Amino acid sequence: MQWEIVVGLEVHAQLSTQSKIFSGAATAFGAAPNVQACEVDIALPGVLPVLNRGAVERAVKFGLAVGARINRRSVFARKNYFYPDLPKGYQISQFELPIVEGGEVAIEVEGSARTIRLVRAHLEEDAGKSLHEDFHGMTGIDLNRAGTPLLEIVSEPDMRGSHEAVAYAKALHALVRYLEICDGNMQEGSFRCDANVSVRRIGAPLGTRCEIKNLNSFRFLERAIEFEARRQIGILEEGGSIAQETRLYDSVKDETRSMRSKEEAHDYRYFPDPDLLPMTLDEAFIEAIRGGLPELPQAKRARFVADYGLSAYDAGVLTASRELADYFEAVVRGVPNEPKVCANWVMGDLSAALNKDDLDIARARIPASELARLIGRIQDGTVSGKIAKEVFEAMWSTGKDADALIEERGLKQISDVAALEAIVDEIMAANPGQVEQYRAGKDKLFGFFVGQAMKATKGQANPAQLNDIVRRKLTA
Amino acid sequence: MSLSNTDVKRIAQLARIAVSEPEVGEYLRQLEGIFGLIEEMQGVDTEGLSPMSHALDESLRMREDTVTARDQRDLFQTLAPQVEAGLYLVPKVIE
Repeated sequence: MQWEIVVGLEVHAQLSTQSKIFSGAATAFGAAPNVQACEVDIALPGVLPVLNRGAVERAVKFGLAVGARINRRSVFARKNYFYPDLPKGYQISQFELPIVEGGEVAIEVEGSARTIRLVRAHLEEDAGKSLHEDFHGMTGIDLNRAGTPLLEIVSEPDMRGSHEAVAYAKALHALVRYLEICDGNMQEGSFRCDANVSVRRIGAPLGTRCEIKNLNSFRFLERAIEFEARRQIGILEEGGSIAQETRLYDSVKDETRSMRSKEEAHDYRYFPDPDLLPMTLDEAFIEAIRGGLPELPQAKRARFVADYGLSAYDAGVLTASRELADYFEAVVRGVPNEPKVCANWVMGDLSAALNKDDLDIARARIPASELARLIGRIQDGTVSGKIAKEVFEAMWSTGKDADALIEERGLKQISDVAALEAIVDEIMAANPGQVEQYRAGKDKLFGFFVGQAMKATKGQANPAQLNDIVRRKLTA
Repeated sequence: MSLSNTDVKRIAQLARIAVSEPEVGEYLRQLEGIFGLIEEMQGVDTEGLSPMSHALDESLRMREDTVTARDQRDLFQTLAPQVEAGLYLVPKVIE
């Protein structure tokens, strides 16, 4: 019997505001413990929350980008539970009337397009951090993160298996970064996923789900879903049943395990927060945000295919982030007649160099205008494609520009016909046996002569001209 | 709606309030009184009315996204029973 894996995701995206959602404390990552935790964040008696307009704008921006309904009236609620990283004893969240409802995200898995529906996206505050190690049996609490604005984005259980879940998470990740509402840094916890996983026989109603927490990379998301589905199938095939629970993914052991401590607290007793009035948004506010929306990944992908003649695959790679797409378009502006060549350089040598040095595109050691100049030097015949790769590496490591390096290292392509002819003559004179064999029909030796000539010119011969000359001389 | 002693204990536990055995009965009576009032209110016809989420008929004011709080950690931490390396120390939370 075939099993179907059903996944829904809850993503917490930290919104990229300067200050917290309900206080004027800073949100910057990496500060010394508790220096960005003001009286509101640490919940001193008598303090009151005041909503940050920047957080609301970002939530609306997201809602508009996914075609969701923006609720003109929404309500903040208290979600009650006791944990020391939440000093108020409740988290301010939204329950019955979230700011964003519905909407959808398009994904592509193995070449086929799918749409994942969203249930809602609501605003809430992040909790602080608990440090369990080494405080004489005590736990250390850092409240710098407490009160950082979060947008919790909840999908329908529309994904079938880990690959679709990862594709959706990546699409969402790209989207929030396009919109510049979240920096997407998963190591720093700016974009966190919880997965609801269940399994069922094909066509059967939904099975009992388990929620898996602590998935801070796409790879862990994929592996945790796969482990969890195997676990559930194993239980069901032995005639058992699944208990609905929260489970924690352990990336070291590559397994999920029950988090009983969270279970007991699952009675959150939500109620509207009396400290916060209902939030109403007017049309002017929403329309101003709509007017400022950037080109979204899907539209950009379609434009890259239409305007630059790129394959859907290449367009997908190049639009994975807004910065990469901008870089590519800046290169194309420098060499407008060769978008495909530009795409190959950006996806090939440039991406490899970025990977090797573990840099993102914003930190590329070669500006787009310089990469364009280098590609231009291939086109005008100054260097061959092969030498250009060498120049690229030198540009990357030295920071010098293409022309300076070509000049300095004497890498200019030899396009002087007489000079190339002289070299080919010399090689033929030195290898009379090979010349004879070639003329006797051993065509493969053509490459031998070209290779020798390239070697003699340190790879600087113009390849097209060299091929012509070798062919002409050998058949003469 | 009828409440039991078990409900009272559970509510107390969720709110982290210590309630002794003799108090349970008293709280049960008080809570039943409150539920009685709620039941009476349930009888009111609210057809066509949207639920009220705040006692004031106003909407929320927002502030600009600027950092206005300065670091007062040392002052705040004079209130804490135990601190170390800038952290507030609390009894171990087991995960």
